[in-house]
Amino acid sequence: MINHAWIIPVLPLAAAVIVALAGKRGDRLAGSISAGAIFFSLIISLKFFAAFLVNPAAKEVSWVWLKSAGNLTLEVGMLIDPLTVIMLVVVTFVSLMVQIYSMGYMAEDEGKARYFAFISLFTFSMLGLVLANNLVMVYMFWELVGLSSYLLIGFWYHKPEAANAGKKAFVVTRFGDLGFLIGILVLGYFLNTFNIIEVGTAAQTGKLTGGLGTCVALLIFAGAVGKSAQFPLHIWLPDAMEGPTPVSALIHAATMVAAGVFLVARVFPVFTASDTAMLVVAYVGGFTAIFAATIACVQDDIKRILAYSTVSQLGYMMMALGCGGYFAGVFHLMTHAAFKALLFLAAGSVIHAVHTNNIWEMGGLIKRMGITGTTMLIAAVALAGVFPFSGFFSKDAILFAALDAGRMDLLVLGIFTALLTSFYIFRLFFVVFTGKPNSTQPGHESPAVMTMPLMTLAILSLGLGFFAARFEHFIVASLGANREILHQHNRLVPMFAFLAVLFGFGWAYLVYFQKAISATLLTRKFSLLYKLLKHKYFIDEIYLFFVRYVMLVVSAGLAWFDRQVVDGAVNGVAWLCRRMGAGIRRLQVGRLQAYIFAFVLGLIVLAVSLLVTHPDVMAIIP
Amino acid sequence: MMITLTHYLVIGCILFAISMYGVFTRRNAVALLLAIELIMLAVALNFTAGTRFLGDAGGQIFAIFVITVAAAEAAVGLALVIAIYRNQKDVDLDRLTILKG
Repeated sequence: MINHAWIIPVLPLAAAVIVALAGKRGDRLAGSISAGAIFFSLIISLKFFAAFLVNPAAKEVSWVWLKSAGNLTLEVGMLIDPLTVIMLVVVTFVSLMVQIYSMGYMAEDEGKARYFAFISLFTFSMLGLVLANNLVMVYMFWELVGLSSYLLIGFWYHKPEAANAGKKAFVVTRFGDLGFLIGILVLGYFLNTFNIIEVGTAAQTGKLTGGLGTCVALLIFAGAVGKSAQFPLHIWLPDAMEGPTPVSALIHAATMVAAGVFLVARVFPVFTASDTAMLVVAYVGGFTAIFAATIACVQDDIKRILAYSTVSQLGYMMMALGCGGYFAGVFHLMTHAAFKALLFLAAGSVIHAVHTNNIWEMGGLIKRMGITGTTMLIAAVALAGVFPFSGFFSKDAILFAALDAGRMDLLVLGIFTALLTSFYIFRLFFVVFTGKPNSTQPGHESPAVMTMPLMTLAILSLGLGFFAARFEHFIVASLGANREILHQHNRLVPMFAFLAVLFGFGWAYLVYFQKAISATLLTRKFSLLYKLLKHKYFIDEIYLFFVRYVMLVVSAGLAWFDRQVVDGAVNGVAWLCRRMGAGIRRLQVGRLQAYIFAFVLGLIVLAVSLLVTHPDVMAIIP
Repeated sequence: MMITLTHYLVIGCILFAISMYGVFTRRNAVALLLAIELIMLAVALNFTAGTRFLGDAGGQIFAIFVITVAAAEAAVGLALVIAIYRNQKDVDLDRLTILKG
């Protein structure tokens, strides 16, 4: 069966090629071809999922691709374990929902064919990434995913902001990717293998210890930081919202940004082998979670709020993994994919209706957009983590992971993040859907092709959590038998978390629904904090400052050195040769007799010097 | 008076000096070629004198070689002069300075 897994990524690739080749002529069919291909991929993925539920042992199939003299082999292959099948289902499912939705959302767009070709290409890359059995292949698909993300962010390339956002995403993630590449090469150098299972075994048997192990883990984590928009490389994700909203739902909420989390989970033994690396992962994740959540509280753009929320939730997942909560991280990835995709698609539905991104120009939309409003509320409650929605179970698992690891500081941080999460998402909901309408646009419910995916995702956001225990056994199975589930089933943690969520909700309710507390008064009272948050902690400005005043100054110095000293040396040699040539050319008078004269003169000089030094040559004359 | 090797060598030397003077002073390319022929003959004279007085046949063999080469050289040299004349309409060496650097 595993031998047929390659069909899953190849179907979207075929769709991408067909749609791209058909071009404008295939405009009407583009969406159907692309969604049809992914539908069959989903069916096959579900079959794999069912098969693995019965027998969760990892299966691998591979062929030798390149063999080097130093017995280092590059393979082409697939590794399927519970983590893979979950990712396969998540990716194909969200992709299918998004593509169906896009048929409505992009109906009037000029470049529909291009759009579906790109999105199919992305799906192919992402599926390849989760199936790959070695890190070199992972890296190749990793870059392909980055490329399709770039193409889709800059989809409306005639808008300079979109083109710039695409470039920013590409360049910023490159920093992380460089670390990832170096990490892979170091791993290959020391372990003589790129195979994920072999790397995992090597890490578990203690071949990756001390500085080397930490170094490799942190380098790989650098790639994850870039892709999953963790601090300090998070700056590209909010800008990536310039792309079409369904793209944001698929790539920048549910799948691609989760690739970093997936990567850490995929080579989890490498991380668990090093306590330092785990600590870094946990704290980077925890810090990102609260850092992005605070920014999300003051944004005005509906998509940017969701973008910062995504950054924050990805940080949550990283924190879980860093605390050793493999299941918690992966499960949150899964539930987050469902409710965050739903949030983005609902936001897209709203934007589609009122033609603005600014939440203050919306308002009172629940009456006219019943389905969108209701589904968004479900997603918001799931994100906030209220029982019995899916977010509750995954967030709980994360908090337990922090507790299990004994990191009380991270636990408190997580609970506080939950409070902020609840606040900003209900702020969003209240401002957009309640109150009186501020929009000049009438606003209307989106067509069925768009609301159907919303409702499907809403059911998942609601129901996924009930399978938490089932998933836990399933996912932990992929780690091998030696890891047992250890939960201190502390009743206090969910209670505190719930109180935090309630507090956040109440705060948002009072400020934005009842308007009992004036929002403007709050901003004035905490104006310094407000300004700091509004400008996203000036991180972009700090980067700009560094580029402008440090990098450009250093570059200017280096450019001067290159131009004056390096080029100067080369030009100096050339100048010297030319001057010498100009001097010597005077000897070439062009008169034949002058040459003969010089020749004879030379002969005489030679003869005389021979006679002087060897007087005995005269002796041959009798 | 006994004619010795030295007499021959002196005549050869005088011949050589005269021809060298010709090489340096003649403006006409054809005259220059004649002067070069004379140099070769001066050398050939020395060689034959060497054979006569030292009893070594190698000198005569060399003299024949020199005459052969001189004939070939004259042929090539005249052909060059004619080619130059066709191109430049001139065989005055003072005006043929296109090789000037």
